[in-house]
Amino acid sequence: MLGSLDHDLVLNYAQPGESAMGERIIVHGHVLDEEARPVPNALVEVWQANAGGRYRHKKDGYLAPLDPNFGGCGRVITDENGYYAFRTVRPGPYPWPNGVNDWRPSHIHFSLFGSGFAQRLITQMYFEGDPHIPLCPIVNTINDPAAIEMLVAKLDMKHTVPMDARAYRFDIVLRGRRSTLFENRMEGN
Amino acid sequence: MTKLEYLKESPSQTAGPYVHIGCTPNFIGNTGVFTEDLGARMVNAHTKGQRIKVSGHVFDGTGTPLKDAMLEIWQADSEGLFNSPSETRGKADPDFTGWGRQPANLETGEFCFETVKPGPVPFPDGRMQAPHINFWIVARGINIGLNTRMYFPEEEAANEADPVLGRIEHRVRVPTLISKRDGDTYTFDIHIQGENETVFFDI
Ligand SMILES: [Fe+3]
Repeated sequence: MLGSLDHDLVLNYAQPGESAMGERIIVHGHVLDEEARPVPNALVEVWQANAGGRYRHKKDGYLAPLDPNFGGCGRVITDENGYYAFRTVRPGPYPWPNGVNDWRPSHIHFSLFGSGFAQRLITQMYFEGDPHIPLCPIVNTINDPAAIEMLVAKLDMKHTVPMDARAYRFDIVLRGRRSTLFENRMEGN
Repeated sequence: MTKLEYLKESPSQTAGPYVHIGCTPNFIGNTGVFTEDLGARMVNAHTKGQRIKVSGHVFDGTGTPLKDAMLEIWQADSEGLFNSPSETRGKADPDFTGWGRQPANLETGEFCFETVKPGPVPFPDGRMQAPHINFWIVARGINIGLNTRMYFPEEEAANEADPVLGRIEHRVRVPTLISKRDGDTYTFDIHIQGENETVFFDI
C-alpha cells in the first residue's frame, strides 16, 4: 500500500538528485497502548512546514519561501513491535494570527490510526529545548505539564546516522484496544 | 497494595488548517508523493448493496461552515459486516473498504462520501443496532477528534429500538443524529456547538 519513499520527506518530493533543504533528522519511536503493549500495523501520517516554517498549502501565505524539493508529507506503518521511523528536515517555527506576535514552536503534525476509531489520534510533536513550547497557546490547551512532556521528542544521539542526520525519539500512547467503537466502553469491556 | 500502572494516552492537538498536506495531499494539488489519498474511494464496480451519497457541512457555533474540516467514516457493509480483522460474524464484502476519508470543500465546506447503506450490526449484548455510519471529525480550532453517528430517517422502527440512541439522555437531541433523505442522497449536517449541537460520543 505504501510507496518506498513515503517515509522519507527529504526525498519524496525532491527532483532526482536533489533533496530538501534544512537540518536532516530521523524521527522514530514506538506506538504503544495504555497497557504498554506495542500497536503493530498502526498507520502513522505526518505533515509539517519546511525548514523556513512555510507549508505547501494554498492557504499558507507566510513570506518564508517554499522549498521546491519539499512536499511536507509522509507516512509509515508500525512494524510488529509498534516501531516506526521516518526521515525529514526539522520544520521552522512560524507566526500565526492569534495574538499580535504568536509563533508556533517547531512541530510535526501526527495522525495515528491503530485498530478502529478508539485508537484514532491527531497530535503534534515538539522538539526538546525549544523555547517557544511554553509560550504556545496551542501547546497550553493541554493543562497537565506531564502530558505536554509526552509530546516533546528527545534528541537521541544513539540513533543518529553519522555525517548524515540526527535523530529524535518520539513514543506515542494510544488507548487500549477495543473491538469496535463506543459500544465497548459503554458496555464496560 | 500494588498500584496498577497504565500509560497515559498521548494528548490530542488540533489538526490545524493544513491537515490536507498529510492526509489528503492530492486533494490540494500536492501530487507525486502518494499515488492516491487514503480513503478517497470506498466502493468499486463490484460492491454489493444500495449505493448512497452522504453529504453535509460541519458548522461552528455561529452556524458558519468549517472549510478545513476532515471527516472519516467507518461502517459495516450492506450485510452488516465490518471489513476488519476483528470481525467474527462472517466475511465482509471484499469490494467495500468500510472506511472513508474526505476533506470539506475548501470554498463551500461541503463534504461528500460515496458509499453503500450499511446493514444492521448487533450491539455487544446481542440487541440489534439500527443501520448507522460512524463519523470522526477534526478541524482547526477543535482540540480533539469528535465521534458521532449518522442514522437513516427511513429506519424509524430500528432507530426506535437502537441501544445507542436509546441511551441519549436529552431526547430532544436524538434528531441531530438522523440524516435527511433525498433519493439516494443523505444529508448529515454536524453542529460542533450551539443550539443544534450534534450529540458526540466519548468512545
Ligand atoms: Fe502546524
